[in-house]
Amino acid sequence: MYSFLARRLLATIPVLLVVAVLVFLLLRLTPGDPAAILAGDAASTEQIARIRASLGLDRPILVQFGIWFGNLLSGDLGESFYYKQRVTDLIGQRLEPTVSLAAFTILIAVLVSVPLGVAAAWRFGGWFDRMLMGFSVLGFSVPVFVLAYILIWFVSLKLGLLPVQGYQRLADGFWPYFRHLILPSVTLSVIYIALIARVTRASVLEALGEDYIRTARAKGLPELRVVVRHALANAAVPIVTVIGIGVALLIGGVVVTESVYAIPGLGRLTVDAVLARDFPTIQGVILFFSFVYVLVNLLVDLSYVFLDPRIRY
Amino acid sequence: MDTPGLKQYEALSVESAAALRQEGAWRRVQRSWSVRIGGTALVVLVAVALAAPWLGTVDPALFDAGSRDLLPGERGEITTLEGATLHHKFLMGSDSFGRDIYSRVVYGTRVSLIVGVCAALVALAFGIVFGLCAGYLRWLDGILMRVMDGLMAIPAILIAIALVGLWRASLVTVIVAIAVPEIPRVTRLVRSLVLTIREEPYVEAAIALGTPTWKIMLGHILPNTVAPLVVQGTFICASAILVEAILSFLGVGLPPDIPTWGNIMAEGRIQFVSYPHNVFFPGVFLAVTVLAVNILGDGLRDTLDPRMARRV
Amino acid sequence: MTISRFSAAAVLAAAVAAASGAALAQGDPKVLRIVPHSNLSILDPVWTTAYMSRNHGYMIYDTLFGTDEKAQIRPQMVEEWSASPDKRLWTFKLRKGLEFHDGRPVASEDVVASLARWGKRDAMGVALFTFVDRMDTPAPDTFRIFLREACGFLLEALGKPSSNVPFIMPKRVAETDAFKQIDDYTGSGPYIFKRDEFKPGDKAVYVKNPKYVPRKEPPSGTAGGKHAYVERVEWNLALRDAQAQVNALQKGEVDIIESLAFEHYETVKKDPALQLPNFDILGLQFMARFNHLHKPFDNPAVRRAVAAAFAQEPFLKAQVGVKELYNTCASMFTCGTPYASSAGSDIQSKSNMKKAQELLKASGYDGTPIVIMKPTDLVTITKLPDVATQLLRQAGFKVDLQAMDWQTLVGRRAKKDPPDKGGWHMFLTAWQAHDIWNPIPNAALDTRGEASGWFGWGKDDRIVELRNQFMRETDEAKKKKLAEAIQARAFEVATHVPLGEYRSPMAARKNIAGFFVSNGNLYWNLKKN
Repeated sequence: MYSFLARRLLATIPVLLVVAVLVFLLLRLTPGDPAAILAGDAASTEQIARIRASLGLDRPILVQFGIWFGNLLSGDLGESFYYKQRVTDLIGQRLEPTVSLAAFTILIAVLVSVPLGVAAAWRFGGWFDRMLMGFSVLGFSVPVFVLAYILIWFVSLKLGLLPVQGYQRLADGFWPYFRHLILPSVTLSVIYIALIARVTRASVLEALGEDYIRTARAKGLPELRVVVRHALANAAVPIVTVIGIGVALLIGGVVVTESVYAIPGLGRLTVDAVLARDFPTIQGVILFFSFVYVLVNLLVDLSYVFLDPRIRY
Repeated sequence: MDTPGLKQYEALSVESAAALRQEGAWRRVQRSWSVRIGGTALVVLVAVALAAPWLGTVDPALFDAGSRDLLPGERGEITTLEGATLHHKFLMGSDSFGRDIYSRVVYGTRVSLIVGVCAALVALAFGIVFGLCAGYLRWLDGILMRVMDGLMAIPAILIAIALVGLWRASLVTVIVAIAVPEIPRVTRLVRSLVLTIREEPYVEAAIALGTPTWKIMLGHILPNTVAPLVVQGTFICASAILVEAILSFLGVGLPPDIPTWGNIMAEGRIQFVSYPHNVFFPGVFLAVTVLAVNILGDGLRDTLDPRMARRV
Repeated sequence: MTISRFSAAAVLAAAVAAASGAALAQGDPKVLRIVPHSNLSILDPVWTTAYMSRNHGYMIYDTLFGTDEKAQIRPQMVEEWSASPDKRLWTFKLRKGLEFHDGRPVASEDVVASLARWGKRDAMGVALFTFVDRMDTPAPDTFRIFLREACGFLLEALGKPSSNVPFIMPKRVAETDAFKQIDDYTGSGPYIFKRDEFKPGDKAVYVKNPKYVPRKEPPSGTAGGKHAYVERVEWNLALRDAQAQVNALQKGEVDIIESLAFEHYETVKKDPALQLPNFDILGLQFMARFNHLHKPFDNPAVRRAVAAAFAQEPFLKAQVGVKELYNTCASMFTCGTPYASSAGSDIQSKSNMKKAQELLKASGYDGTPIVIMKPTDLVTITKLPDVATQLLRQAGFKVDLQAMDWQTLVGRRAKKDPPDKGGWHMFLTAWQAHDIWNPIPNAALDTRGEASGWFGWGKDDRIVELRNQFMRETDEAKKKKLAEAIQARAFEVATHVPLGEYRSPMAARKNIAGFFVSNGNLYWNLKKN
């Protein structure tokens, strides 16, 4: 097991390396001049050139990459062109909102979708099953921001139950923190619910077709126990897999949700950084997200060992 | 990153390819309700897109400040470039410029469909090429799959935002930006198909007979990739249409003078509460289109590979 | 729990949530929550001309002079001043009680250092320092400026209300190289910047400076008494969506929206809990700027045809829409300020499309498509290029409208390349009154060609000469005449086309009082009831 762990960890290194190179190339090959933006509206061309030099943008590409990568290895993601703060500090500041949003979303999604998927599989072909499949396709098809606007309009403006926008830090009190996160998490969880519910339904269905289920039923076990203890447990692997893969969807959704609800998280940071041609921040955030994605999938792989004893590495 | 979950998924794709070789696959496709509904809806949308100039629309770029923010059904005026004034009924209202939303939504159908289909085709094309190379050329396999893994680790939307935001915003850039993150999955699919089919006895026989590689690829391997790639392509198309809307919404999509549903919603978001029709109409069209494509994809997957249907 | 008890508990919980939410929403009466018009990223108002940085500067710094609502210069940090008869030696004495946030009193050496740094970056400051021989500090509260020759705009420069503002910083901070951003935000203004609470893209926090000694006069423009009546000011930098801003204001989650989108003007007007303070009587002016380096706009006849085609009303109607917020103005200097006149403006104001078409034909325009840059993300000016495109097409031009975000536009307009190789022909923008009401800071009237700082690189020696005369002229009547001559000539060579004026509305909750005519975004004197 430990040798597997070590091998898996080592396997992530080339992936992260590739990500680093891709991200660096992505930005350096594109037009758009961060120096002109920083200089402001009435700046002269000489002033802009001076700022370019001070940001190191006039050195050859390989040199720039070497410097950047070297810094990367020592944990230094550079300084934002735009905010004049260290990228690691910026990411640190924005971490709490995004992690909170993601955590609540996953929580809501799993709590809602797994029972839904199990129920649909249990009554396969019935009206509930068809409705779930129908709604899940709808969940994939409506863009996140449209859903957000509908929810804001209805829940916040018409009913006045929840705040319209913003984020309150946990340190300022649990209740405001929670209230501000409800709508964004619900909005974001819809697509996740659609995805997980389908996979849950499919794999529970598969599991229910197996022999051991017939045995369990023949033994006279209560149906709930059969479904949960036997079918769901054996269906866990694909469900957890899709949760892991769905993190990529989640990150995409986070970007839009933070934009609509004015949550100062990493998603907003990325969009603002792209619009400002803030290379170090864009690189830093993309690297960070990729790293998280790789980590999550690593954890998912490891969880297989606990979820399914048949899987050996 | 080869995980047990992904391996199972890919193994099933190979089996689905086998399913297609069975008799009656095409007939099954035709009989599926999902395919019928999704297909019909798409045909209607394509028809709308093609017939746009004749559906009671005006040039979607024309505006008149006097016709700002009209409600759906109101009448107003539009000034043409030659200076003539048209009286026009704004079926879906007008936006804050004074442009006709109905015309923009109808013309927007063209762009959304083009973006969706082209992104899918580009992703498929590159995925097939890379997948074939990876499956066939041992020395290329390692490095190519590492690059694909790396690409897959970067969240798709971030790649898209970065690519469009940093390059010029144009139709081509958006299509490429949406297609690029989809390439790794297609590559993996094709690659595993190649690896499995190569082991088949008739392929070994063909190699032994000295058949050139390209003939084997075209004659044996590619036909077996059609079913899973069609399914994959349909889902990429649906996703692409959605991503285009999201990119426009964030301000890194197509230039706003090109009417796309995403652009109309992005410009309309500023008055969402007072004039929701700006967001509502393109939103409905968007949801219906993506829904149709998704349903079509579901139907194709269910009929081309019944085993895959139960899986996901 | 039975069903009914459960749902009763749920209803109760929801009610409590809503109630506590409502209470939370109004916020602390001692905290003023403002949504500025953009993100704050650069904290050095001398290093950049960005308005956000300037507004940040006004919170925490003070100035030697201020400009009141009638565009008159008034003393602020200065107690009294005098000039020698030949106007070449100016002596200033500082007020008593001026202190920096770290407790040190403001001394003349801080002033001199701050002015020197500002003079390296600001256009008007650079112009001023060509007159300055030296400055000295004979006493801690006195400083003197020695000029080589009489300068007609010394006080206007020192009291300049808009970018770059000659804010007074501590000597140690002002000694930072003018081309590097400062790192220390100690000032002597009515608020103190809470650096530890600053989260870029999230919020900026200022607290009241208890030691600040405001002037006795009522506040007017950037002059007068700067009283801080709230304990804390928070700038919400995360709330960028215009609709969400209005939603938040209506629900009481924020107190002030600095720049209300015109689309929401009617909504706010109708809402009894909100107000539209009349804080800006000078407003902003739209303009279209040519690239004089490449054809066809290297030909003044073509530029004049554009001026004839660009009637101001369509631009104002499309971009602003709300009649009470805009007015046409036949001057390149803000209407209602000392140097405004209609000299030379007939080419635009007394024209029509037919005339424009004739002028274009006569100019020999060869059909080159005009590349217009359109910024998609600046709501206040994004519609102008579309109107421009339509009008140009009607006049007979070919147009290539290219959309991009403001950042790209700013990068691209710095390029002198031909338009079909990454350059540009035209862009449209808005300037605040203070930046254009006088020929010296008015960047479009800097016609030194490629040597000049502002994009477009218009060249006309006559205007350069007139401007130099203006800089040296100390008689007000003569200055007005010179300004008219400059404008007439500018219309003749069509340096740019003024496109009308508007006032950018600010929205606030009814319980905020103390708004005065600031003609800018100044946040002192406000009370929250």
